[in-house]
Amino acid sequence: MKKENERNLSVKDIQEQSRIKKYANDVKKTPYMDFVFQRSPKSTHWKNMFWAFVVGGLICAVGQVIIELFVQNGVEQKQASVYASCILVALAACATGLGIYDNLGRFAGAGSTIPITGFSNAVVAPAIEFRSEGMIYGLAAKMFTVAGPVLVNGIFVSSFIAVVYLIFGV
Amino acid sequence: MIFNNVYVKNGFSVVGPKEKEGNLGKFFDMCLENDKFGEKSFEKAECKMFKTAIDGVLKKSGTPPSDIDTVLGGDLLNQIVSASFAMREYDSSFLGLYNACGTFAESLLLGSCLIGGEFKHKVVCISGSHFSTAERQYRYPLELGVLRSPVSQWTATGSGATLLTDNPKDAECRITRGTAGRVTDFGIKDVNNMGAAMAPAACDTLMQFFYDTGALPCDYDRIFTGDLGKLGKRLLAELMDGNGMNIDDKLHDCGAMLYKDRQQTYQGGSGAACSAVVFNSYILDALRNGKFKKILLVGTGALLSTLTSFQGESVPSIAHCLEVVACG
Repeated sequence: MKKENERNLSVKDIQEQSRIKKYANDVKKTPYMDFVFQRSPKSTHWKNMFWAFVVGGLICAVGQVIIELFVQNGVEQKQASVYASCILVALAACATGLGIYDNLGRFAGAGSTIPITGFSNAVVAPAIEFRSEGMIYGLAAKMFTVAGPVLVNGIFVSSFIAVVYLIFGV
Repeated sequence: MIFNNVYVKNGFSVVGPKEKEGNLGKFFDMCLENDKFGEKSFEKAECKMFKTAIDGVLKKSGTPPSDIDTVLGGDLLNQIVSASFAMREYDSSFLGLYNACGTFAESLLLGSCLIGGEFKHKVVCISGSHFSTAERQYRYPLELGVLRSPVSQWTATGSGATLLTDNPKDAECRITRGTAGRVTDFGIKDVNNMGAAMAPAACDTLMQFFYDTGALPCDYDRIFTGDLGKLGKRLLAELMDGNGMNIDDKLHDCGAMLYKDRQQTYQGGSGAACSAVVFNSYILDALRNGKFKKILLVGTGALLSTLTSFQGESVPSIAHCLEVVACG
């Protein structure tokens, strides 16, 4: 059963609202937004979280396996982690080029975006996409359209913390 | 607007592989084997689809290119490059249009005006879009692994062209009446939820059409909206219901019917190609073999750009309505 007030929102009411809105674009909420929200399909959070957990976990497990293999073959722990990161990034770049990674991301969501492989994907994807505009204006210029904000913020925050560390020594 | 002697001579539709697998696959005149259409870039492929559609409709109706007075049309790319670049190879005059996904309805409306007003004799109305070009212009790069929003739609790949004439001989159907819409903005800011942004525009135009003409939804076999998607279609039905017009059983959406559920397009198709390819295949077929006598086509468009949405603007929308009546 639908509630009475859900059904009876007439276009006149909404139109009134929109007339006002034409001049004040920053009105936060209109009755129409509620009307739409009630009817929109919701993201399936539990399913998304499950797959993010599984895929994210798998990627990390693969990384761990690579580290262990290196350590067993006599590489230092710290070096092994670096090697593992490099290998994962390279693998993700290949997977992106072959069109596998976007299919993975379509259901894994954050599970494939957050690990280091997601970063690789975010750089390689625009690079492939804008190849048709040439090496300089296309590939090189657009390479960091997605990953750029992450880099800027990451570098900014880490330099800020470095300054704090330098001054207070904690 | 009332048109007296505007006839649809023929239509031609060319679509991509994904559309071929969809619900309407068997109706299309031509389907691409792959998205790139043998070209170097997706933009070039879109341009080639444009030319293919024009050539197709001319060939189908046995009209030499020199007979075409004007081509009206557009696409979704910046500066409507696909349409303009395709038109380099034709001698007829070209009027470039942009109403986002409503471009096709807009071109039919203006084409009808040109012919009805006796300015022109033969006009080609065309619009098209390509998933890969639209995606990279409006959203993310193709290969980027991201979750799609459940309210999002899938830009259709294809191009549809219609030949309008003032000659009733061999015509398939007539365009009799129409209403040009106004820009409506109900404050939807989610750029993925274009169906919700466009539903009020469609409602506004439809109400205006019914008010102007005195027609009622029961006069029509079907009311086709351009690309509201499943959610937008439901919203429109409820909005119309709120205005005392029950169109639930008549309402069909070109976007929602284009793909099968398992094709994972969420709310269905969108894009300038959507209404163009469905009108020029399925709808014209049905009008020709008498399945429909009289239909309404409501082309809807969400007039956004990435720039405006990042600046926090809402999504204004537009819809144009056309009445198409079968001949004979």
